[in-house]
Amino acid sequence: MTLLSLAGETIGWKEHDVLVGVDLSIQEGETIAFLGRSGSGKSTLITHLYRRLIAAGRAVALVPQDHALVPPLSVFHNVYMGRLDRQSTFYNFANLVRPMRREVAAIRLILAEIAMEPEMFRPVERLSGGQKQRTAIARALFRGGDILLGDEPISAIDEKQSAVVLDTIRSRFSTVLLALHDVDLARDYCSRIIGLRGNRIVIDKPSGNIERGEIEALYAA
Amino acid sequence: MPPDPKGPTGGQWPGRREIGIGVVLVGLAMLPFADLEVSTRDPWLHVSRFLAGFLSPDFNSIKSIAWAVVYTVAFGLVGVFIGALAGLLLAPVHHLRSVRILASTLRAVHELFWALLFLQVFGPSAITGALAIALPYSGIFAKVYSEMLEEADRRPDEVLPPGSGAVSRFIYARLPMALSPFRIYTRYRVECGLRSSAVLGFVGLPTLGFELDAFFKVGRYESVAAVLLIYYLMIATNRQWLRPSLIPVFLVAALGLLITLGGPPFRMENLVRFLTEDIVPAPLRDASLLASSTWVQFSGWLEALLSTQALPGLWNTILVTQMALAVTMVVALLGFPLIVARLVGKFPSAGGHLLLVVGRSTPEYMLVYIFLQMLGPSMLPAVIALGLHNGAIIAHLLGRQADALTPTLRPDAPGGFNLYVYEFVPRLYGNFLAYIFYRWEIILRESAIVGILGVHTLGFYIDGAITEIRLDRAVLLIAVTVLATFAVDAIARGLRRRFQLSMNDLASREGSAIY
Repeated sequence: MTLLSLAGETIGWKEHDVLVGVDLSIQEGETIAFLGRSGSGKSTLITHLYRRLIAAGRAVALVPQDHALVPPLSVFHNVYMGRLDRQSTFYNFANLVRPMRREVAAIRLILAEIAMEPEMFRPVERLSGGQKQRTAIARALFRGGDILLGDEPISAIDEKQSAVVLDTIRSRFSTVLLALHDVDLARDYCSRIIGLRGNRIVIDKPSGNIERGEIEALYAA
Repeated sequence: MPPDPKGPTGGQWPGRREIGIGVVLVGLAMLPFADLEVSTRDPWLHVSRFLAGFLSPDFNSIKSIAWAVVYTVAFGLVGVFIGALAGLLLAPVHHLRSVRILASTLRAVHELFWALLFLQVFGPSAITGALAIALPYSGIFAKVYSEMLEEADRRPDEVLPPGSGAVSRFIYARLPMALSPFRIYTRYRVECGLRSSAVLGFVGLPTLGFELDAFFKVGRYESVAAVLLIYYLMIATNRQWLRPSLIPVFLVAALGLLITLGGPPFRMENLVRFLTEDIVPAPLRDASLLASSTWVQFSGWLEALLSTQALPGLWNTILVTQMALAVTMVVALLGFPLIVARLVGKFPSAGGHLLLVVGRSTPEYMLVYIFLQMLGPSMLPAVIALGLHNGAIIAHLLGRQADALTPTLRPDAPGGFNLYVYEFVPRLYGNFLAYIFYRWEIILRESAIVGILGVHTLGFYIDGAITEIRLDRAVLLIAVTVLATFAVDAIARGLRRRFQLSMNDLASREGSAIY
């Protein structure tokens, strides 16, 4: 079933249009990697897709490139924010003052999967870059839903951890759309690759029949 | 391209330089209209006795002074706490027009005016002291907190799940992002609260101002010196004993103490009478609002009040404000080099710091009070004291910025006077003007309240009306003061925009200290 389709759309960030003539159709259950140099419009496209899916009432979890965490709050509270819409204001307030046992248990499980459990009650401002990124991922995992959108979600995590994180993501979401910088991971984990260059989509193929040269051309000066 | 020497407003006239000179000239133009008489028979005798008091301060009354310190801290803490809490609740909705008007009205009425009004309803009680500080402070907190929220990073809020409740979003993603500036600003305000609390003593609450007033009245200058020295000690060391971690303990103790404070019992009927009768204009009380004769009487009442009290009071308030503003500018520009080591040397700059600390940590009202004891009641002591106090505040901020600029100076920069006029003054002039225009409204409010001490500004008439228990008149005169404050604020904002005087990064981090 088609999740979303764009036909000849111009996707802009304020007045400065970043992507033109975007033709794109996304099916449910796909895992897609977006590749391209920095500034090629990957973030713009991810943000646009997120807004469209939200507007369509889909259950989407997002891992934004800047993480958008709240530094003075603990990992626990930052992860909990993924479900801030599920509970009453009073429950949310009580959980802020004193973490609820039920939420602690649920979040502990998620953090354990990505080796973040020991940091559960540390303020995010005292974490390393990779730990912050994993906190943002945990928030998306806790949010749940059918679709995960990630903008360079593993850029600050080492190779071994990246594999674990991607496996976890794939096991929990049916549709996964990721902007990635690591070409090999993209080919290994995603069924389809979309390449961006010069304000438009230049590659859109299953990752199996893509040539190395084609991808290298994306990054050529 | 060389930078335009006239600043961003370029060739426009008037430029920044002209507007600065213009404000000083307006102050000078007020001189012929102002009452600047020295009315004490021998001012030098008073000054020398006052200063001699510091050579042999008399601590015999230490017990009553110590209690005054305790009450000063208690009222200050409780007042600031309630104000901060109310400000925190108002800050997220401060963008609403009605809330903005409420907050600016609350802070446009000085804590002494609030105190005078509440004294009529609650007597010299805990409620009077706490509310007198809490109300204006809540208006200030609402504004400053809302600005801090505005500046805080919104990204965490933007990525929250759609459908999260507004309050949940606020407590999870907005408030924590602004918590650190909140803490710093609130701590700064606690110190202000101690000063406000001390001043409330002058109208009868049991704080340090009360002791000061009592000793001045009987001419015991040695005891006056003791109170002032203890006051400075309290302010100077407050960061050492009033530690953030101890504030909850202090707060509970303060609440407990204030609850046990005697005073007339609270009667609901007093409050109701105050709101429904006392502050209603006399011709409208118990009169038929449909009868035309009522409104004829009312317009006569209004006209008499405006022409004999409000307008003369307003005019005198403006005279004092403009003269004090001019003195402030001179004091600030001549005063800031005193604390810049590069200009005056290391040891003299320490002395300069002491001078400016005394100038800015002595509440304006207390300073005017002291000068008035020496010079007698006229505009002169008010202008000098307000100019020194506000000038010291701005000089302190400019001096610190000059210090921060020092490492960025070119290696062959000149020294001394040349450095002052060629580097520091031109670089800091924009901030200086911005500060002046921020302080203008505050000086107006201060000029109005020093009327309570006998200078014929609005406060003089307000205090008179309250003494005669004509609260309807007092409230109307306070409303005139509020409107005047709004007018000056609007003009100052226009000027800041016209001359692009938003404070630069360096200034805005400390800018909160200007309110």
